Order: sequence, then C-alpha cells, then structure tokens
Amino acid sequence: MVSGDRRTLWDMTTDLVIEAEGLVKTFGKTRALQGVDLAVPRGTVLGVLGPNGAGKTTAVRILSTLLTPDAGSARIGGFDVVRDAERVRQSIGLTGQYASVDEDLTGRQNLELFGTLLELGRAGARRRAAELLDWFDLTDAANRQAKTYSGGMRRRLDLAASLVGSPDVIFLDEPTTGLDPAKREDMWDVVRTLVTNGSTVLLTTQYLEEADALADAITVIDHGRVIAHDTPEGLKRVVGGQTLEVRPSDLADLPRIATILSEVGSGAQADEIRKGVLAVPVTDDTALTESVARFAAAGISVTELSLHLPSLDEVFFTLTGRTASEDDTTSRVEVAA
Amino acid sequence: MSTLVGTPPTTNPALSTAAVNPRPFRLVRHSLALAKRSLIKTWRTPEALIDVTLQPVLFLIIFVYIFGGAVAGSTHDYLQFLLPGILAQTIATGAIAIGVNLNTDIAKGIFDRFRSLPIPRSAPLVGAVLGDVVRYVIVTVSTLAIGYLMGFRIDTDPFRAIAGCLLAVLFALCLSWLPVYVSMKVRTPGAVQGLMFALIMPLSFASNVFVGADTLPGWMQAFVDVNPMTHLVASVRGLFLGTPLDSHVWWTLAWCAGFVAVFMPLALRAYRKKI
Repeated sequence: MVSGDRRTLWDMTTDLVIEAEGLVKTFGKTRALQGVDLAVPRGTVLGVLGPNGAGKTTAVRILSTLLTPDAGSARIGGFDVVRDAERVRQSIGLTGQYASVDEDLTGRQNLELFGTLLELGRAGARRRAAELLDWFDLTDAANRQAKTYSGGMRRRLDLAASLVGSPDVIFLDEPTTGLDPAKREDMWDVVRTLVTNGSTVLLTTQYLEEADALADAITVIDHGRVIAHDTPEGLKRVVGGQTLEVRPSDLADLPRIATILSEVGSGAQADEIRKGVLAVPVTDDTALTESVARFAAAGISVTELSLHLPSLDEVFFTLTGRTASEDDTTSRVEVAA
Repeated sequence: MSTLVGTPPTTNPALSTAAVNPRPFRLVRHSLALAKRSLIKTWRTPEALIDVTLQPVLFLIIFVYIFGGAVAGSTHDYLQFLLPGILAQTIATGAIAIGVNLNTDIAKGIFDRFRSLPIPRSAPLVGAVLGDVVRYVIVTVSTLAIGYLMGFRIDTDPFRAIAGCLLAVLFALCLSWLPVYVSMKVRTPGAVQGLMFALIMPLSFASNVFVGADTLPGWMQAFVDVNPMTHLVASVRGLFLGTPLDSHVWWTLAWCAGFVAVFMPLALRAYRKKI
C-alpha cells in the first residue's frame, strides 16, 4: 500500500522511470563502478556507451536486481532495486549476454515457461508465446531446441523471453554485439517499436552508431565513472559528427572532389585520410545526397561513398585523451596502485 | 523480419493483476513449472540417464557373478543380499548429477533470467531438485528390472516393497541438497562431480552395501553404524526381504531430515549470494 502510494507520488513529481545515484560496486580489487548516476525519463531510450570492462553490465545487473550495490541507490518506477526488488522484477525485462534462455528447450517451451512463471496462466502463457514467436518471426522454428538456432534467432528469442511479461522497462545489454549489420538493423527496428509502444529502454553498447540510432540520451561510461551525458546531437558536437568519405575511381579526380566536398560539408577543408580517400566533416544528412548529385553533374565516378560516425576509440580519445583500447591496461595499473 | 515493424503484442492485463494480488502457493506452482523444465531436459537428453540405468546393471553383474560365489557361497544368495545395496548406492550417486547440471546452468545465464523474474528466489533450485525425482524412479525401476532378470525375488509383500522404493527415492531427494550446495560453491561441473564422488564412494563402500557390517574391523564398524547408507540399505533389505528392520527406517528418515535441514538453507543462501 505504502509503496503503491509512493509510486503515484513519484509519477506526479518526476517522470524518471530509471534513476540511479552514486552506484558503487567492487569485485575484489576491481572497482567496477565508482559512483555512477543514470536517469531515464518514461518512454525514452538511454544509451550507455563504453568499452569492455567499463562497468556497463555491472550497472545493468544492479538495476535489474541481480546485484546489490556497495553504495548508492537506484529506483525503477519509484521502487528501490534493493528494498523493493520484488516489485522491480515485476516491471522489468532483461536481455543480454547474461540473461539467456534454456538451450535444451524449444523456443516455444522457453516462452511458455516464462509465461507460467509470470502468472499468465496456462492458456495465457501459450497465447503470449505464440504472439511473440509470430512477432519475432520464429514460428517456423518454435518447436526446435534453442541450441539449434542461429545467432540472430537466438537474440530474437532472448529478447522475446524478456518481453513475455510486457515489461514497462527493458534492459538490453549489448543487444547487437556479434550480429551482422542486417540483423543489427532488424534489432534496432524492434527497439524502436517497443519505445513507440511506451516502453522505457536502457541499452548498453560499444557503438556510437547504435546509441545514435536509438537513444534519446547517451551516457558514456569509463572505468566505472560517467564521463559524459548528453543527447546524441550534443555528444556528436563534442566528439565530432559524421564524416563523409569518398574514394574516387580515378585518383586524378581528387582535387575536384575536394572542392565539392568542402562546399557540401561544414565548410572545412577535405583531408586525404587514407591513400585515395577524401574525408570531410558534415553537419547534416543531406550532404550525402547532395554530393552524389554534384558528382554526377560533374561526371565524376566514385567507388566508395559513405557517412561515418566516430568509432568508440575516437569518442574516447576526444573525451579522455586516451583511446578506449588503452583503458584495460590503465585500469589495471590504477587498481594495483 | 518484416513483421517486426508491426505492432508488438499488447500488454497482458493478467500481469498487473498478479503483481498486486499474487496467487497463493507461488513457491509450489513455480517450483513445479521449473521441475517440468528439468523433465523436458531429461527427456531431450536421454544420454544423461546413463548413470542411473547402466551403473546398476554393471554393478549387479560384476559383483554378483564375480564375488557372489566367494562372498555368499552362491550367486543367487548374494544377489538377494546385494540388490538393496546397489539400489541405495546408485540412487545416491544419481543425486550427484543435479549438482553438475546446476553448475552448468548457472554458468550459461538461464539462472540470471530466473533471478530477474518476480518468482520466489528458491523456486529454480526447488524445481530442479523435484525434477530429478524422475531420475530416482528410473534408477529404482531399472535396478529392480535387471535384478528380476538375474533372479532376484522380493520376499515380502508389494506394499513393503513399494515402501522400500519410496524410502530410497526420498533419501536421494533429500541428499541432493548436498550436491546442490556444493554446486553453488565450486567453479566447474567437473569439480562438483569429483568432490561428490569422493564423498559418496566411502559412504557406499564403508557400509553394509556389499558385505555384512559384522565382517568389518571394529574401528570401521563404528563408522558403518552411523553411516546413513547403512541405515538406508538395512531398511530396504528389511522391506524387500523381511530381515529385521530395528530402528533403521527411523534413522534413515532422521538422516533425510538432517540433509534437508542443513544443506537446503545453506544451498539457498549460497544461491542468493552467488553473483
């Protein structure tokens, strides 16, 4: 009763569905989290961006009640993840490297098991499993053991399993790591649909591109600390936005291409970043189509033309002065010190 | 994948009602749902039943035909004496598998999914323990079946015979909390297996399984007299063959209660703490 009232009050005062302050977690000598704050308003996506070992998974495990923090606190929908863990578990879905399905069971048996455990009743569990199998395009494979599934099917089943209870809050721990680009786009579509239907999503990723594609806000974590929190646009202003890269068929065209690029881009000079590849920072997506039109008009043929966001390494270099891949070594030195 | 851009299945109102008004006997219902999962897994991987089907057959054949003449003067007499012992030994070693399986499961991450669900935290463990009852029943049936083919006969009545079987199954069910606890504490499935064999083997050999306890040296008899396996074997022998039961059934039940009272809370606590 009391917690029910508090939830209403919470909804009225602020609409943060996921909220964490000063999360600290230490495993032996490894300081996985050293005071992390997170905030996700209702119906939005927070992208938590960071390299391996930054503490992303630890944060998700605390928010999903699998771990208790050494210090700090977190609430999901107003319920404390430690004191009201039971209530928190009723409103979350967890998908990730850790929360998996039973490989010996079929896809359908897995989903029906979770439906039964979520009190949907026998018929309800069966219906819900059928709906999700259909939605995730797994109906044909429904009666096969999950261990026979391909990587992409496995991810879809994992995600379906976390949606059985129609959770308000969904945690996706590196949902596309290891998927090929087409499968990644499919997974992005799923996330977008979930958000359209009112879910609040926290997703961790190692790709700025993924966070940019899905998130309303991005929190960058490094060494268990938040080093940046911003909208994707704000973050890109800091770390540099997209770069347009062009590889001409004929190297003799490079000067003419450079001129066009400077005009369609943000005005900056085009650089030859690799042998035979010119790049220019651009501010909006029309630069790509515009440059295609200009190249066609000028009769220049190109073999490669693409827009790129900075890689995680580049983001980290800009934010910290170090590359993400150096982080592992630095963190070990710090821990030892 | 084109279907993915459509509307996702709608929110199920049953969930929110359940959240406010949990239906009764959650632990029982959730444990049974998870026990069913164990059964499906057993059914899907019948090779995992080798320990409970092949082992009693091999042990009966080896011991009866090789040692029977020397130990008891006749292979049939020794078969009558040995079968309850082999049943107890096999069912006890059969209880090791649950520890191995749980250790594997936890490494794979399915238990993290369970832990993120609004179900009693003990349900996955209780479910796994209950699901293994079917293995113990298979041990019992296969041991008795091969015994019958070899000439074993029950000398009492069906009721006492069934009581003997149930006692053996109950013993394994209670004992299995020990390997469950061990599986929470060691890192690899192999370590669970090794440690449990090191515990179960002395229990089954330093007992009345293979020879009468009165043939053993005095210092060992002291151990044999308290050994839970001894009480189980003497109980089953009494219920199958009509030999004196004395207080063996009560001692067996006391050991069963002891296993649960000690290792179930330890296992549940270790499970809650396990990262």
